[in-house]
Amino acid sequence: MERIPILKLGQFLLVTIQVDMHDRLALVLQEELTGRIVTDSARGVLIDISSLDIVDSFIGRMLSNIAGMARVLDAETVVVGMQPSVAITLVELGLSLPGIRTALNVDRGMELLKASIIAEDEARHGQAG
Amino acid sequence: MPSRLAQIVEDKEDSLLSKWMTMQSQILGSLKDRVSNSEIRTTLHDFILALRQGLAGGRFRNVDGAEWSSMRDVLANLSRQRATQGFTPAETAMFVFSFKPVLFDELRESYAKDPAGLAEEILVSTELLDKLGLFTMEVYQKTREAVIVRQQQEMLELSTPVVELWTGILALPLIGTLDSARTQIVMQNLLEAVVARGADMAIIDITGVPTVDTLVAQHLLKTVAAARLMGAECIISGIRPQIAQTIIHLGVDLGSVVTKANLADAFRLALRKKCLAVAAI
Repeated sequence: MERIPILKLGQFLLVTIQVDMHDRLALVLQEELTGRIVTDSARGVLIDISSLDIVDSFIGRMLSNIAGMARVLDAETVVVGMQPSVAITLVELGLSLPGIRTALNVDRGMELLKASIIAEDEARHGQAG
Repeated sequence: MPSRLAQIVEDKEDSLLSKWMTMQSQILGSLKDRVSNSEIRTTLHDFILALRQGLAGGRFRNVDGAEWSSMRDVLANLSRQRATQGFTPAETAMFVFSFKPVLFDELRESYAKDPAGLAEEILVSTELLDKLGLFTMEVYQKTREAVIVRQQQEMLELSTPVVELWTGILALPLIGTLDSARTQIVMQNLLEAVVARGADMAIIDITGVPTVDTLVAQHLLKTVAAARLMGAECIISGIRPQIAQTIIHLGVDLGSVVTKANLADAFRLALRKKCLAVAAI
């Protein structure tokens, strides 16, 4: 069966979506990803969609769902590498993916996650001290 | 009774041509410097030649037929030429209509003893020339429309530059009204520039946008949302006092978009967000 690989990069998980998403694949991905966030105690998830030329409302909702699930498990989600045409289509469809953080590429996404983790840790220290 | 129009035009070709030529010079008057005499003569000659060809077909009521194809070419050429030379619609239409008195004179001579025949011929030829005149106008209109479309496209290309203010900070100075078509292009240009320059900040400057209504605001918000999806944060700058008032009176919600009064403030904010500062040395 088709699977989307999940790579561990330090404290983060990297998911690169390169195939057409469909219901079952999305469910499998959600299941595996939430499992991996817990077992690897990941602090962040990077979802790379740079090779997707078509993103419809289904994928939009899936991304929102994953971000929500990850947040519950205390991991930040960043969607990276969206194509300009995809961004325009999503906005025209009225799906501006509120609540999902975005970055230009994996590199930038990683920086964003690191920065937010540092900020979070500092906040915790502040509270503790 | 069959129409003798074809015969008359053929017999009196030279006289028609010279009379019409005089007529044209009078009509053109002050516009004469735009077209040379020989040019007019060639056009008139072509017209009469094409008219004979069309009349030979025997169908005067339908100028869409194959026998009128050379006539259509002559008129289309003339009309296009005049539209680009800046002739008014009336001046262009007068080319065909000025043939009427010339032709009627000849008809009057030929039908001196047959008033009923004369009336019949005048009716037929008026109808024919009117159709040709309308065709000329149609082509004229189309040519003008093509010019307008081309200018619109040129304006679109001219008016949406994306400039890089700093590494990773883009500015998009918008000038002119934002409609759907333009928003699309603006959005595309901005997003492509975001990818090409690896930018994470974009300043949309609307100093040059004359009015902001609900639609324009919606277009702006769409652009901001699309840029955000690509990982670039947007700041809207250049909001004039009147526009701030309009936005609030209209109840437009600019949501969480950061807005600044001028480009300099927006740039300062962008630098600060990137943890950069400009210092005096």
